[in-house]
Amino acid sequence: MFALADVNSFYASCEAVFRPDLRGKPICVLSNNDGNVIARNASAKKYGIKMGIPWFQLKNMHFPEKIHVFSSNYELYASLSNRTLSLIEEMAIRAERYSIDEIFLTIQGLDKYFNYEDYGRQLREHVYRGTGLTIGVGSGISKTLAKSAQWASKEWPEFNGVLILHPNNPRRTEKLLSLQPVEEVWGVGRRIAKKLSTMGITTALQLAQANPAFIRRHFSVVLERTVRELNGESCIALEDAPPAKQQIVCSRSFGQRVMTYEAMRQAVCQHAERAAEKLRGERQFCRQIAVFIKTSPFSATPYYGNVASEKIHIPTHDTRDIIAAAISALDRIWVDGYRYAKAGVMLNDFTPTGVSQLNLFDDIQPRERSEELMKVLDGINHSGLGKIWFAGRGIAPEWQMKREMLSPAYTTRWSDIPCASI
Amino acid sequence: MFDLMRAASDPDFTAIPLYSDRCPAGFPSPAQDFVEAELDLNQYCIARPSSTYFVRAIGNSMTDIGLHSGDLMIVDKAVQARHGDIVIAEIEGEFTVKRLLLKPRPGLQAMNSAYPTLWPEPEHLQIFGVVTAFVHKTRSHD
Repeated sequence: MFALADVNSFYASCEAVFRPDLRGKPICVLSNNDGNVIARNASAKKYGIKMGIPWFQLKNMHFPEKIHVFSSNYELYASLSNRTLSLIEEMAIRAERYSIDEIFLTIQGLDKYFNYEDYGRQLREHVYRGTGLTIGVGSGISKTLAKSAQWASKEWPEFNGVLILHPNNPRRTEKLLSLQPVEEVWGVGRRIAKKLSTMGITTALQLAQANPAFIRRHFSVVLERTVRELNGESCIALEDAPPAKQQIVCSRSFGQRVMTYEAMRQAVCQHAERAAEKLRGERQFCRQIAVFIKTSPFSATPYYGNVASEKIHIPTHDTRDIIAAAISALDRIWVDGYRYAKAGVMLNDFTPTGVSQLNLFDDIQPRERSEELMKVLDGINHSGLGKIWFAGRGIAPEWQMKREMLSPAYTTRWSDIPCASI
Repeated sequence: MFDLMRAASDPDFTAIPLYSDRCPAGFPSPAQDFVEAELDLNQYCIARPSSTYFVRAIGNSMTDIGLHSGDLMIVDKAVQARHGDIVIAEIEGEFTVKRLLLKPRPGLQAMNSAYPTLWPEPEHLQIFGVVTAFVHKTRSHD
């Protein structure tokens, strides 16, 4: 048996955890650069606020009460995600973190001690007490069925967020699948759903009843697996903890288009700095640094996107080396005259130590006291008392991501922790 | 191609970076087998890291319990609040620090005798978490 737990309206719910004044109030969260609505809580959905509506439109609409709107606060979401998933893992035999707010569990055999519904409710209670966030739990004999159960637990509030598809109650499973549109099935995207509908398959149940060999011939072995999973044959195992990170990517869309080399260099410099800091957080060194820049694929002007990478002889986690390599990669791909929308820095080829065979005649030597300098740098930046950065990224760049309605980083920054009056 | 190296002009000041690791030449430390991890304040103060939050106390000092404005409170959200616990309660949309009373009926005792004890309806009594410890710094600029 598998279970899938996820947090209800995760981003919007996070915004209310440290704001008792927002309990029950409508909350929306905007995408990067305050573009569109990407998350709404139940109260905001009640007012018919649709996913993806642009902020400038929502701003001018009138509602009976104030809609509380926030820029995405990824620092807060990451922290609460980690707490939530850790709380769930405390109660699980084995678990696989699937996304920022979803986690698969194996619950096979737990029914010897309690019934699965009780277990689901305990899981909910445990997370709620620890974080104030509410999770939904779906469960089934395969991961795909667990995902369908989780979908249904959201559609029908009478389940109170816990829905178990017991293998000994096939009629309930059948009923649920007959109500689930095929595009809501795990692993069925919009394109596949469209092709399926031309063959008369529009519900999950119809997909479950399709001939696996036919599905494999017309689609793929992956969708055939989905068919088998819907029929209660578990084909997709829980994936174990991912190996140590082998890549770090820092990228952002710009608050406004970047057209000058100087602004782009600053942006790349800042991404390189952040990537280097993350690399040290993972206690790794890297040997390859790549930079990509691109214009918006949706604009009317011609598209340009390119990537270049630099190899480093001595594995490094020194911000100075990483900035230098990133800038020389940028110089190889920069072309004047485009309106750039996004840039990023990627670090690859990790090793756990900075040790490598030095070449006697190399003119590149490891930097002296690099370790100590980076420690001081990270120490100051993590202290919450102040920030220092390399001058290359500028002081108040105009391309910075727009986050005008950002809430405090309540759990990750000393200056932002919540206050209580005595 | 080789660059011929010149002999150092002042041999006393030539550093040869051959081995940078120090190797103790004396008697090995007799304590080596007994090394333990240093004491960790987090471990002392925090039983459940996933449900523990830091909250800053602001307002009139409550000297009875030694809690002052600016002190850092360690708040466990998951632990069951008991009679007499110092809690973070939610009152009129704000966090406040109160002592929780459960007998004779649920109430929130102010931390300052100038304020009255509140007796909210049980369904309106919202507790964010229990203050399990607080940290008061005795030197303001450290």
